[in-house]
Amino acid sequence: MSENLIVPTMAEMLAQGKQPEVLFWVGCAGSFDDRAKKITKAFVRILNRANVSFAVLGTEESCTGDPAKRAGNEFLFQMQAMMNIEVLNAYEAKKIVTACPHCFNTLKNEYPELGGHYEVVHHTEFLKSLLDSGRLTIEGGQFKGKRIAFHDPCYLGRANNVYEAPRDLIQKLDAELIEMKRSKANGLCCGAGGAQMFKDAEPGNKEINIERTEDALETKPNIIAAGCPFCNTMLTDGVKNKEREDDVKVMDIAELIANAQDL
Amino acid sequence: MSYLSNVLFAIVLIIGFGYFYLNVKKIIRNINLGIDINRKDNAKARWRNMAMIALGQSKMVKRPVAGILHIIVYAGFIIINIELLEIIIDGLFGTHRIFAPIGVVYDILIASFEILAVLVLFSVTVFLIRRNIIKLKRFIHSDLKGWPKGDANYILYFEVTLMTLFLLMNASDLHLQNVPGGFSHFIKAGSFPISQFIAPVFNGLSNELVMLLNEAFWWLHIVGILVFMNYLYFSKHLHILLAFPNTYFANLNPQGQFDNLASVTAEVKLMMDPNADPFAAAPVTENEVPSKFGASDVQDLNWVQLLNAYTCTECGRCTSSCPANQTGKKLSPRKIMMDTRDRLEEVGKNIDANKGVFVPDNKTLLNDYITPEELWACTSCNACVEECPVNISPLSIIMDMRRYLVMEQSAAPMPINAMMTNIENNGAPWQYSQQDRLNWKND
Repeated sequence: MSENLIVPTMAEMLAQGKQPEVLFWVGCAGSFDDRAKKITKAFVRILNRANVSFAVLGTEESCTGDPAKRAGNEFLFQMQAMMNIEVLNAYEAKKIVTACPHCFNTLKNEYPELGGHYEVVHHTEFLKSLLDSGRLTIEGGQFKGKRIAFHDPCYLGRANNVYEAPRDLIQKLDAELIEMKRSKANGLCCGAGGAQMFKDAEPGNKEINIERTEDALETKPNIIAAGCPFCNTMLTDGVKNKEREDDVKVMDIAELIANAQDL
Repeated sequence: MSYLSNVLFAIVLIIGFGYFYLNVKKIIRNINLGIDINRKDNAKARWRNMAMIALGQSKMVKRPVAGILHIIVYAGFIIINIELLEIIIDGLFGTHRIFAPIGVVYDILIASFEILAVLVLFSVTVFLIRRNIIKLKRFIHSDLKGWPKGDANYILYFEVTLMTLFLLMNASDLHLQNVPGGFSHFIKAGSFPISQFIAPVFNGLSNELVMLLNEAFWWLHIVGILVFMNYLYFSKHLHILLAFPNTYFANLNPQGQFDNLASVTAEVKLMMDPNADPFAAAPVTENEVPSKFGASDVQDLNWVQLLNAYTCTECGRCTSSCPANQTGKKLSPRKIMMDTRDRLEEVGKNIDANKGVFVPDNKTLLNDYITPEELWACTSCNACVEECPVNISPLSIIMDMRRYLVMEQSAAPMPINAMMTNIENNGAPWQYSQQDRLNWKND
């Protein structure tokens, strides 16, 4: 099924002599993971609807190096970082938006010292700015009155103090924003960070994503909202493990907004 | 006779402060074994952190019960120590309540010391109950087996003893102040809202005996304080001093920002420079030790991480919030800090025993104290850093040790190696071609 998504690349933009308002950094999960690709598309639909001039790097994008760095491979991280910075600087990128908090953190905090200076925003912050400036309007639609629990991604919340943008967006849907017992600065990790996504957990008595899913289910949510493709995977697995996938959905904030707009 | 006691007091004081000074020097020497990093920038933000977090205890009250009781003990400690000034002057010059002539202010001071002493006694009792009767999980955790468990209780017993001696000293003093017609040098001075209720226990004893008891309480109190001060070096209680520099020198960057290794940057830049001559021999500098990537021992950590280790008071808030620890993994951020301090002490003793030079002892922080299994369980979520009431970062030590495992030993778990190979080959942690990165558009 091919829909009419308008996704220009930076190369195409440059050929036309144009510079987009914002560069959308898709990230590896957003590009390749089946679940995360849906988030990417939902976000693009919103960008298209709001007539945002954006572009992606497409095949010129490469891993930011975050999982390598957290695993301890500083060489690989800096190789990736410098290659990406060369590409980004060649296109004179100024502002970057991404739906992955890991890419967000790395681009925002770790690239400047290596020569990459950009204004980097998480997609929830960007969406909120679209709403605040009136470029996008949303109605609650199907989410009106729904109980939505927001899980703070570590690399968005504690790592960068972004707590309010995703919550504001949920409230704009006329949904009931509910907080887990551990939230914001006290939020519990989903278990994927620090390169854990790519390996089995060490011996223990429980998986971290199960512990976190229990936190979420305790609030009796209709939807668990996430702002990170990795948290999304971990919590989706957790909900399946608890056999609650029929009545509890795990969705990204971008998907909530896109669905509310019937996009 | 009284001349003798002045000299004795001076000697006690010199021994107390002298031994403390030697140990402080040792701590500074050990902290300086760490790699140098610059944490002197942005002094304004650093002073603010110290004022808010160390002095203002802002992070302590995130757990309100422990936080508020801790503030009472902390305020008691600082304010009651004003009394110490009078005690030292009295001791050195053979005076008695030298500040008494300041009148009403003196009454207010003594009265507030007494009230604080009782509040401290109450708080410390609750702390003992939490540790030994309620047995909060973080206080009976396996990290604390042995000395650390005893240490925590000894500190509390010390505080009970010191506060009790202080009140008994005042009570016996008050008893003698009230002897009709006056007794010896016990002038009427001070207001005693608490010890007035203790004073009656001395009724029926001879004035001379009460005076002897009073002197005994006075001496035990001041000697107790000096012993306690010297106990700090051996104890987690060192945090009462180091919390201040520790919060001052703490990381100011966003928690998600991990440092970029400068030694790696130089090499990567060279690799990416098209004009670099790959066959040119690296300039050889005499006695240059090739830089080591990451940390396997305490000397590879930076001095702030070592200061962190001495500052840690083993409260366990980090461990109780760690997702790995909560799900039964071996990783405990508190243990990372305790191990670092233990190893640093061991290295320090080695240096002392070998005339100022460290003689390799076939041990390292990695493996002998901290196992790779602990390091690989970390999700780098920063919960431990967020929780620490004095801004210690166990995470930075974990990351530096992972760097050593990966870059010096190629000892990453297999799936991590696979992930890194994928990034190297095709720019993604999974086996997808970079050429397919935009395929989602047409899915």
